[in-house]
Amino acid sequence: MDFLSDEWIKALCQELNQSEAYAQAAKNWEGDFYFVVEPEGEMKETVIFYVDLWHGECRGARLIGDEKEKEPVFRMSAPLSAWRKVVEKKLDPIQGLMTRQLKLKGNMSMIMRNVKAAQELVNCCTLVPTEFPGE
Amino acid sequence: MWFFNSPEVVFGEDALSYLDEIEGRRALIVTDENMVRLDFVDRVIGHLREAGIETRVFAEVEPDPSLETVKRGAQAALAYEPDWIVGLGGGSCMDAAKAVWVLYERPDLQPDEISPIETLGLRQKARLIAIPTTSGTGAEATWAIVLTDTEGQCKLGLGSRENVADIAIVDPVFAAELPPQLTADTGMDALTHAVEGYTCTWRNDFSDGLCLKAIELVFDHLPRAYEKGDREAREKMHNAACIAGLGFGNAMAALAHSVGHSLGAVFHVPHGRAVGLFLPYTIEFVVRGGRTHYAEIARFLGLPAESEEEGAASLASAIRGLLKRLGQPTTIGELGISSAEFEAGLTKLVENAENDSCAVTSSRIPSAEEFERLYRYAFEGRAVDF
Repeated sequence: MDFLSDEWIKALCQELNQSEAYAQAAKNWEGDFYFVVEPEGEMKETVIFYVDLWHGECRGARLIGDEKEKEPVFRMSAPLSAWRKVVEKKLDPIQGLMTRQLKLKGNMSMIMRNVKAAQELVNCCTLVPTEFPGE
Repeated sequence: MWFFNSPEVVFGEDALSYLDEIEGRRALIVTDENMVRLDFVDRVIGHLREAGIETRVFAEVEPDPSLETVKRGAQAALAYEPDWIVGLGGGSCMDAAKAVWVLYERPDLQPDEISPIETLGLRQKARLIAIPTTSGTGAEATWAIVLTDTEGQCKLGLGSRENVADIAIVDPVFAAELPPQLTADTGMDALTHAVEGYTCTWRNDFSDGLCLKAIELVFDHLPRAYEKGDREAREKMHNAACIAGLGFGNAMAALAHSVGHSLGAVFHVPHGRAVGLFLPYTIEFVVRGGRTHYAEIARFLGLPAESEEEGAASLASAIRGLLKRLGQPTTIGELGISSAEFEAGLTKLVENAENDSCAVTSSRIPSAEEFERLYRYAFEGRAVDF
């Protein structure tokens, strides 16, 4: 499915809710996210995913039209190519943050205390059949 | 994309006299009471005086410094307005100095907000000199800051590439009288840094050579530094620790650190003793997960390494041999932790280890169940077979 679609983020939410490993790793996690995909190549407009993560559960996920709609605890943004590397497990998201290939607004230390949850979230991304723009 | 960061490293006999030449007005020395008692602080003050620099001492750093301590240190800095911060001591003092420096420059931050994603804008008010007095942590060469959250009973891995020291002074005079136990603990820390820096998933061409050299120096010189305390061996170990710091600091640590950090936080085991104890167990675990680099290390040391598995086994065995020669514990039980205490702490041990930032850079990441088994094997002293 198209990476930049509402269908994709909902599929990720479903994978998260089916993952015992994620539920265990993120059992203490409290905080929703904007995952912001910045335009690159054929992609012309910014795409924003909202994901509500709470104690190992994905309580909801959808494509957002207007960034002002929500005020999530974390906002993680990157160009499409960087997100692709993360989803394909070619870029460790923590390494991506440290090299600022991924940009974060929010408390990094909360993420550093929950690195296992971040890793399981990426594992779930790899389970979603994904097509990137131009493929 | 990755980076290589390093302070200016001044090393060898009389390296401390480099302080005579630095320019500045005031220095805040961040240290502990031992450093005051051993007259190490006075030596540093003497050299800074030669440079015309006034000094004030913050000697409140405890082992495994807390968030509260570095906040107090930052208050001292804000009151004194130094243009140099000097971290003098072991890893705790140097890590505390880094945090004090950041909070002095950026009083708007909380300690746990010191992260690589922030542009800190340091060096507006002061610069940092790190002077190690033990031969292990390599903190003089790394950007990492490990602080303890006393309330949450866990260690926090913080830091930013900006907070690498400007100058590291690696003078063996400070290690000349290191007691044998401290020599062993800190030496095993250096070895663990180097082995994990070479084998973690963030290893790279720039750090690999440093890690290998540090491993060789530790195997060649740590036993002699521990048993005889001779000068050359101590100097080599002092260098090895800094080289290992440069190596793993520009790569990462891995699994022995995640389980060791957790053991240290829950049972207050000295850092080097904890990570050194776990190193052979984690090698045995990680090699079962696929492509690793232990055989390269083993071959470099002249150990049998026809295959990766044989190399890993040789290396784990050599490390256990070294631990025994240094009188170091090779099991959690030998640390004096009873079975009942261990069982009571096991859930917390696993939870901390899973969420330690060093866990994700292991080339094989354990599940919660595997973490628990790793701890149990290390408690009983069984070679890892899963």
